[in-house]
Amino acid sequence: MSFWRSNERSYSGFAKLLHWISALTVVGLFILGLWMTGLTYYDPWYRRAPDIHKSVGIALLLVTVIRLIYRFSVPYPGSLPSHSKLERLAAKLAHAGLYVLLFVMFISGYLITTAQGDPLEVFGGVQIPSLISGIDNLEDLAGEIHEIAAYTLIGLAVLHAGAALKHHFIDKNVTVRRMTSGK
Amino acid sequence: MKKRITGVLAAAVLGMAAQVDAADYVVDKQGAHAFVQFRVKHLGYSWLYGRFNDFDGTFTYDEKDPSKNKINVTVKIASLDSNHAERDKHLRSADFLDASKFPTATFTSTAYKPTGEKTAELTGDLTLHGVTKPITIQVEHIGAGNDPWGGYRAGFEGRATIKPEEWGIAMAKLGPASQEVELFLTVEGVRKDGKK
Repeated sequence: MSFWRSNERSYSGFAKLLHWISALTVVGLFILGLWMTGLTYYDPWYRRAPDIHKSVGIALLLVTVIRLIYRFSVPYPGSLPSHSKLERLAAKLAHAGLYVLLFVMFISGYLITTAQGDPLEVFGGVQIPSLISGIDNLEDLAGEIHEIAAYTLIGLAVLHAGAALKHHFIDKNVTVRRMTSGK
Repeated sequence: MKKRITGVLAAAVLGMAAQVDAADYVVDKQGAHAFVQFRVKHLGYSWLYGRFNDFDGTFTYDEKDPSKNKINVTVKIASLDSNHAERDKHLRSADFLDASKFPTATFTSTAYKPTGEKTAELTGDLTLHGVTKPITIQVEHIGAGNDPWGGYRAGFEGRATIKPEEWGIAMAKLGPASQEVELFLTVEGVRKDGKK
């Protein structure tokens, strides 16, 4: 299949690449986030781990923006004819929910750092300026949202993977192979 | 009937006048002439300063009888400000001050003992992180007098050093050099009765 063009039998190579980069990055950021918030002050990773978390997060934001632009600018495989109405609706909602939660994560994560006017520094020197500041306890609120949205995102991703496995092993259709096969 | 009301009013006014011999003051929070600040050593290499932006208080100051002096201050823990959003969030979290579980800290004085013409030791109970323990604040009376806008003001600065671990705050993880926190309580009060 073409690297750029999807068809009804398979996602394009580019779509697969973006999907799997996102999946690995989301899981990686979740584990890194859980681990780093438990680090003690004198741990050598106390400063480095959040730096990596922020940089990878911003990189994923860029990937997600490209992914959405791509998603709406080329034909998209869509649901298989064998999927029920309920399955189609659930899949649509889940996919939209995953994208919405990703942006909730990007925005809330950015606000934790920038809530009092400090820039967000990523990739060892690139400064993203603060846009919203001067709201009391914005960093606390952003932190709570970031945590709740992270668990919700992982929960929804597990449902998403569970649905994919159901299509593959119970319905025995090509839903999953469209996103995994090299053809 | 009218006479009676006048009588009651007169008594009330006289009563108030009697009370304000030891004058009551409201901490001038509105005009921001009061500060609740702290400093703690970072790694043992430098001082880190912070403050609480939201607090309220009243005090009584009697120039003739200092034993009547007393103060009440309530501080909102969530208003902690060390000029760094990530650090503020961390200090307010359950790892340290746990602002959502213990939203306020209070200080209520129990004794005021002059140690010099302008200095005194103020003893009282500090409730922080859900724990109440006595502390002693070294007080300096800075000044008092009429202000240019028709009021009467008096100002003090208090300093105390505490070990927050004694209030159940997990300071150990910040290292041995950061166990003590110095508190600076700076208040200017406006006399409630408006007398000069």
